[in-house]
Amino acid sequence: MQLAPTAFLRDWAFGPLAFGMLVGLVMFFAAAGLIMGVRAWAGTEPVAFGPVVLGAYWFGLAGWLLGIGVWSKWAKEWLGLPVDRTMKTGWQRYFDFTTDHKVIGVQYLVTFLSMFLLAGVLAMLMRIEHMSGDQVLFSPAQYNYVMSLHGITMVFVAVAAVIGGFGNYAVPILIGAKDMAYPRLNALSFWLAAAVPVLLAATFFAGGFDAGWTAYAPLSTENSDGQVLFNLAFITLGLSSIAGSINFIVTVIKLRAHGMGFDRLPIFVWAVFAMSLLGFFFTQYIAAAMLMTLLDRVFGMAFFDFTEGGDPLLYQHIFWFYSHPAVYIMGVPGLALALEVISHFSRKPLFAYRWVVGGILGITALSAIVWAHHMFTAGLSTAELFFFITTTEVISIPTGLIFLGALGTIWRGRLWLRTPMLFALAVVFNFLIGGLTGIFLADVFTDIHLQDTFFVVAHFHYTIVGAGIFGLFAGIYYWFPKITGRTYSEHLAQLHFWWTFLSFNLTFLPMFWLGLNGMNRRIAVYPEELEFLNLLVSLGGFSLGASFLVFLYNILKSWIRGPVAEADPWRARTLEWQTSSPPPVENFTEAPRVVSGPYDYGSPSTAHAVFGASTNPDGAG
Amino acid sequence: MSTSTYTAHDSHAINSMGLWLFIVSETALFSAFIFARYYLTGTDQPSELNIGLGYAITAVLLSSSLLAYGAERRIAKGDRRGFLWLTLGTIVLGALFLVGVGLEWREAAHAFAPPDLFGVVFFSLTGLHATHMVTGLIALCFVWLVGWRGGFGATDHWGVTGVVRYWHFVDAVWLTVFPTLYLV
Repeated sequence: MQLAPTAFLRDWAFGPLAFGMLVGLVMFFAAAGLIMGVRAWAGTEPVAFGPVVLGAYWFGLAGWLLGIGVWSKWAKEWLGLPVDRTMKTGWQRYFDFTTDHKVIGVQYLVTFLSMFLLAGVLAMLMRIEHMSGDQVLFSPAQYNYVMSLHGITMVFVAVAAVIGGFGNYAVPILIGAKDMAYPRLNALSFWLAAAVPVLLAATFFAGGFDAGWTAYAPLSTENSDGQVLFNLAFITLGLSSIAGSINFIVTVIKLRAHGMGFDRLPIFVWAVFAMSLLGFFFTQYIAAAMLMTLLDRVFGMAFFDFTEGGDPLLYQHIFWFYSHPAVYIMGVPGLALALEVISHFSRKPLFAYRWVVGGILGITALSAIVWAHHMFTAGLSTAELFFFITTTEVISIPTGLIFLGALGTIWRGRLWLRTPMLFALAVVFNFLIGGLTGIFLADVFTDIHLQDTFFVVAHFHYTIVGAGIFGLFAGIYYWFPKITGRTYSEHLAQLHFWWTFLSFNLTFLPMFWLGLNGMNRRIAVYPEELEFLNLLVSLGGFSLGASFLVFLYNILKSWIRGPVAEADPWRARTLEWQTSSPPPVENFTEAPRVVSGPYDYGSPSTAHAVFGASTNPDGAG
Repeated sequence: MSTSTYTAHDSHAINSMGLWLFIVSETALFSAFIFARYYLTGTDQPSELNIGLGYAITAVLLSSSLLAYGAERRIAKGDRRGFLWLTLGTIVLGALFLVGVGLEWREAAHAFAPPDLFGVVFFSLTGLHATHMVTGLIALCFVWLVGWRGGFGATDHWGVTGVVRYWHFVDAVWLTVFPTLYLV
């Protein structure tokens, strides 16, 4: 059978997408029909959502990937057949199985920023519901769906936007490579991730899901069919993360330019590298947790079924064994991006570079042994409680090193308060609040009171949004001229910053008081005396949502017709600024050779890297 | 020679590192299910468990790894005939192992079907392993097909090395899963 697309489907801009969807749908329905046929033959009710969708999904996913380019550009090679090596140009690259890491980075950024804005709309709906203690918009069940969908979408955004977007775009350039170690696997990772929003949207037609982003069993083994799609989405993003993490690890180890020692890696590269060490290993545990839930739901297993001797706590252990390291995967890249920006915009070397790297690696190591602090009220033994208090408190030491690195760099720097720097400084501010309030959640004595209240909601928004997402926006404004070759409006960008920053704090600071006063999370109605604080939060939330309209307008308008940007508008030293804006395919016209650290400001006579074969004694290139 | 870097590099070393990382990653998935086995059922074993059959299929799988090793050595020496025969032998033994698992399952489905807790961990662990066996067998069939059509040579057989290494890994996983379910 010849699966290769016709010339029309290959050459038309949306051909690969259309062909991928077509093959995916055909394979999905063929497999679904087959499964239903087998079920009818075996004498069971043929139409059953769980088994049919669970089985057919993998065929649909395989068809989608094969159709969009895995077959014509990759798999044919395994059979010794000629592969399609054509590469589209211009905007059409973004809708194809393109292997250029810069294209993939932008694909991730646009996809996950769109998901970010949509999940933000869901947050607005939740805040409308909370404007009064009584029911406003939703039934409790509908509220739970909106809350769960907001949660899991934002978690996916936090996991994939910075690493998938800027990790892909910037890491190969920052280390002086032409591309990632496995460019085709990289394209595969993105198109796998692209299936995730489709699955999340499809939950709407399958009764939704209402178990929160944590999907605790036995809620998640007994609720509506949408939960099956949630689990498949999590596993799919997990596969994408594992492939991406392995790609980053090998890229950083193997593809660094001459002279780019580990002691000269930009701090953002260190963060992506360290978080990939977490991602490639621990992501398997979320796959395991999701798989066990599916086995319980669909195949009559009883991992988490107490009535059969199973144990719901098993779910929580495996879930958090991934999901605690994952909160660092969400937060640390944004934090490191802020450090990157702070050094360039303070015109100073990153303070205590080696200690900051040690801090990142310390977090990486310790994050594996703190997971049960999410389970303090789940019924652990006293010995377990004290073990996990201790490890959790200890992790504040490496985190503190990173924080001190930021403060030390700012100290007596020549701060250049352009938009990227404003966002980076806001990361420092927000992360301080997020970090300090974390102490109360790390201790059993206070956590018992605060568990599952808005205090927790405020805390993780301050860390993951306040550091991770603010870091993402620092990165967007920092690298926008590089990515698009155009300049945005600094006025509108600063308006966006102040509007976002003030609204963010207006939204999430009162949540700490709400939590202290006993406002539970994940609930549609609440006592009347909490209405005033909730109103504040809602108004802050609407304002926060509106601020992104400024961002969208500025970015879209500037991308289309902004003034052309120079190669190095920030006069920064790192490698991405030493090539054109946007960089050519394979990033540099001549091989870079790194001769000093990335942040050695104050010694203006030295460059971070020199270019060209004449300065490259090894002669390789 | 170099396609994705400005420094000289060895594409074999790059591919090899990626595969090792993938293998380490896969151990995490199996470890979660092995953890569940002890967490839920301790070291309990139902008396109906057919340990003899378990030993038999373990021997079959170990032999298949030996043949796979031989196949890789053969192609490295340029002996295509030997390579094809040994790969075919690996595939046959791998399939035989799966037949053995099928027999185990038929007995297990009568003796301790889920939601019996041992059945839960037994079927999910052996099922997860069997899924990896099936992907390994498909990959081996690809390797055989490519070799039969004249692909791979003494200096160019990363495809064989990679798939054989994965096969050894799946074998090693069984050497952990088997005692976890049958011997502890």
